[in-house]
Amino acid sequence: MIAAWPGAAGEELAIAFDAGRPRRVLVLPAWFDEGNKLRHFTVEIMRRLDGAGVDSFLPDLPGCNESPAPLEAQTLDAWRSEAAEAASYFAATHVLTVRSAAAIAPDLPGWRYAPQAGSSQLRSLLRARVLSSREAGREEDRDTLLANGREQGLELAGYRLGPEMVAALAEAELPPVGRQRDVAQGDIGGPGLWLRAEPEHDPKQADALAAIIAMELLA
Amino acid sequence: MSGQSDSDTALRQVLQDVLGLSDARVAALTPDTGLFGHLPELDSMAVAGLLTEIEDRLGIVIDDDEVDGEMLETYGALLAFVQAKRGG
Repeated sequence: MIAAWPGAAGEELAIAFDAGRPRRVLVLPAWFDEGNKLRHFTVEIMRRLDGAGVDSFLPDLPGCNESPAPLEAQTLDAWRSEAAEAASYFAATHVLTVRSAAAIAPDLPGWRYAPQAGSSQLRSLLRARVLSSREAGREEDRDTLLANGREQGLELAGYRLGPEMVAALAEAELPPVGRQRDVAQGDIGGPGLWLRAEPEHDPKQADALAAIIAMELLA
Repeated sequence: MSGQSDSDTALRQVLQDVLGLSDARVAALTPDTGLFGHLPELDSMAVAGLLTEIEDRLGIVIDDDEVDGEMLETYGALLAFVQAKRGG
């Protein structure tokens, strides 16, 4: 179930449900705090796809999860080319992106679950930091944080982002949908799990999203 | 129809989608319905994400200075804030 794949900075790990089946979905997980909150949910979708006869692959991008590479050194462009590399290595036929990962989808058919622009995620992270600083009696503001982050990088919700990543996220719009199609949270039902205080799993949501994907793949 | 009722519909939709409220609970939201601290779905960690979602969907910009307990206390208060933003 744990596989390895050759990232640019060395070997990276991946969770793989690989039985050599014809339909192979590359899963690009949510980022930063959202990635933590959605990881269990994401793996549960893969488990269900496996049960439906679909292979899937969840690579660690450099700087994420078990990757030995520092997150601070990563850029959006690098992640985009790593995602394409993983797609090629695992011979993916489709892609499922989760939240902000829509920005780095390789050119494959597939789905973008609850896609958000990188700029929106950065805004949420900055706002959360300002609000929690205020509760702690420290005044910060987003503009100053962002300006400093573009120069020196920035730690947000425990994730240390380098200056290039901060600058790229600040400008990152949601890309045109391309060969994927969007699946909104409203199509799944239930609360967006990325907003929970703690990582949580909801079997019904995983059932719903996996069913949408499996039905379209196997139709 | 007025922009005000558009805001009401759009805000209910955001709360439904993001917080996963049932149709019945969304329909039952009144100006007095307690929000922050009353809905278990809306804990403090969710506030930043929820506000970003509201900004993106309703086309407004919310300054951090404007975020306080009062604005998030009831559905009516949040709706009034959003309506003022969209009207202004």
